[in-house]
Amino acid sequence: MKKSTSSIDQGYGVFLIPGFIAFLIIIILPFMINLGISFTAWRGIGAPVWIGLKNFQTLIHDSVFWLSFKNDLILLIAMTVIPTIFGLLLATFLFDYITSNFGQSVSSFFRAGFYLPQIIPGAVAAIVWEWILQPDWGVVNYVLKAVGLSAWTHDWFGDPSTALLAVMVVLVWVQLGYPIVIFMAALQRIEPEILEAASIDGASWRQKFYYIIIHLIRPEILVVVLTTSIYTLKIFGQVYVLTGGGPGNVTSVPSYYAYKQFFETEQVGYGSAVSLAMAAIIILLTIVFINMQSRQEREESV
Amino acid sequence: MTSIRHLNLHDVTKWIVLIILSAFLLLMLMPFVLVTLNSVKTEAEFGLYGPLSLPRGLNFTSLIDFWNRVNFTQVLINSTYISLTVAIFGVILSLLNAFALGVGKIRGRVWILVFFLMANFLPQEALAYPLYYFAKFFHVYDTALSVILVFTVIQSAFGTYLLSSVFSAFPRELIEAATLDGCSKLGLLEYIVAPLSLPTLSVLFVFFFIWTWNEFFLPLILLPSNANQTVPLAMAVNQGQYGMNITAQSASGLLGMLPCIIFFLIFQRTLTRGITAGGIK
Repeated sequence: MKKSTSSIDQGYGVFLIPGFIAFLIIIILPFMINLGISFTAWRGIGAPVWIGLKNFQTLIHDSVFWLSFKNDLILLIAMTVIPTIFGLLLATFLFDYITSNFGQSVSSFFRAGFYLPQIIPGAVAAIVWEWILQPDWGVVNYVLKAVGLSAWTHDWFGDPSTALLAVMVVLVWVQLGYPIVIFMAALQRIEPEILEAASIDGASWRQKFYYIIIHLIRPEILVVVLTTSIYTLKIFGQVYVLTGGGPGNVTSVPSYYAYKQFFETEQVGYGSAVSLAMAAIIILLTIVFINMQSRQEREESV
Repeated sequence: MTSIRHLNLHDVTKWIVLIILSAFLLLMLMPFVLVTLNSVKTEAEFGLYGPLSLPRGLNFTSLIDFWNRVNFTQVLINSTYISLTVAIFGVILSLLNAFALGVGKIRGRVWILVFFLMANFLPQEALAYPLYYFAKFFHVYDTALSVILVFTVIQSAFGTYLLSSVFSAFPRELIEAATLDGCSKLGLLEYIVAPLSLPTLSVLFVFFFIWTWNEFFLPLILLPSNANQTVPLAMAVNQGQYGMNITAQSASGLLGMLPCIIFFLIFQRTLTRGITAGGIK
C-alpha cells in the first residue's frame, strides 16, 4: 500500500464530530431557543405566546435596563481603565526599576502578590469586601472612627450615593493583577539596548514610556482592553453578593437584570431579550477585537 | 554608570522605593490578612479589640462552626469533582478540535475558530434559560453532571482557540514522516501531537480547573440544593443566613479563599506561563 501525499491533509474532519455535537447541544441550540423565546411572552411554564418584537420595544424604553447598561459603562473605569493604566505603570516600574535594582525574583514576587486577588472566585472576593465595608463593625468604618473621621463612615453598599463606588473598589482590587502579568511578559520583548540608547540620547523616563514602551506593547494593551471590557459586561457574582443590584436599582448590571427577569419576576421572554442585547454587544466587541488584531499583525509583518 | 559619589544616594532611594512598593502590596493583600486574623478570634475578642488587633490566641470555633454549617467537606468534594472532570474532558475536547483545525487545517478553519472564540465570550445569560430547561427535561437538574457538561464545552471553546494557534505552527515534517511510515490520524494525535504539546495541555488543564472552580452564575441556576453546591456558591448563598456573626463571616471568606490560594502556590509557574502565552484571564 502506498500513501499518496494528499492523504496527509485528509481525514481530520472526523475529529471535529464530538466537538460539533457538544457545541450544537450546549451552545448553538440554547442560543437559538433563547432567540426564539425573546419573541414571546412566557413565564417558564405553559405555552409561550408569540408577541413579535414587543420585548425589544419594551427594552428600548426600559429605564432600568438603560441604567444597568450605564452602570456597566461606569464599571469599565474599574475593570478596564484603572487596571490598564496602573497595570502598565506598575509593570513598567517592576520591569525597569525593581528588576534591575533587586533582581528578577523580587519583581516576580511582587507580580505574584498583585495577581493573588485574581485567583479567588469573584463571589468570594465580594464576601471578603462585604465584611471589610460592613457598616457597623467593618474594618474601614472602624478605622475611620478610630482616627476621628466618624463623619466619613458610611453604609457603603447600602447608601445609593456610595454603592456603585464601593463595587468599583472591589473590582479594581480584583482586576489589577491581570494587566500587570500580561504587560510584564510583553516587556520581556523589548531589547534593553533600545531603552539605553534612548537614555543616552537624552530621553526622559516619560518620553521612553510614551514613545517606546507603549508603542511596543500595543498588541497586549489591545488584548487587555478588549478582554476586560467583555468581562465587564459579564459581571454577575460580585453584584449578586454585594448589593443584589440595590439599593433600588442603582448597582444593577445587565447580567443581573437578565437573571432577575428569568428567575425572580419570571418574565422569561423579556429576560431573553435582555440577554440578547448583551450578546449583541459582546459579539460586536469580539469582531472589533479580531479585526484590530489582524490589522496589527499585518502592520507588523510589513 | 553610577559614580561613587552618587552611589549612596542611589542606594538610599532604591530602598525607599522598595519600601513604598511593599507598603502598597501589603495594602493590596490586606483583605487576605484581615480575614485570616479575624477568623481565629472569638466574637468577644473582636468586640473588645476590633478587627485590627492580632488574635490573642488561636480559636477555631468560627471556622469549625461554619465548616459544619455548610457541610464544607461535601462542598469541597463537589467543587473538586466538577472542576477536575471539566478540566480532563475540556482538554480532551480542545485537543480533538484543535487537532482537526490546527494540524489538519480544515477548510473554513478561520471562521470555525472565530465561532469558538465567540462561544467562549458569549454571555452565559443568553444560554441560561434553555440550559436550565434542558437540565430539567433530561433529569440532570441539580446534579454535578449538568454543570460538568456545560463547562466542558464552554472551556473547550477557549481551549480550541488557543490550542489551534499553537498547533498551526506544528512542524509539518513530523506529520509527513509519520504518515509515510503508515501512522494513522489517531496515531498521529496519540503518539506525536499530544505528547509534544503536553506543556500547553497542562496549562489549559490548570486554567480549566480554576475557572470552573470560580464559576458562579450557571452553578447558581443549575445546582439549587445545598448538598450539590460548589465552594463559591455555598459561601455566597449562606451569606446573611443563620444570623451570621462577624467572625463567622470572616471564616466564610477565609474558607472560600484558601483552596484557591493553595492552587496558586502549587501552580504559580504554570499560571504565569499560561497567562503570558495566550493572554488568558
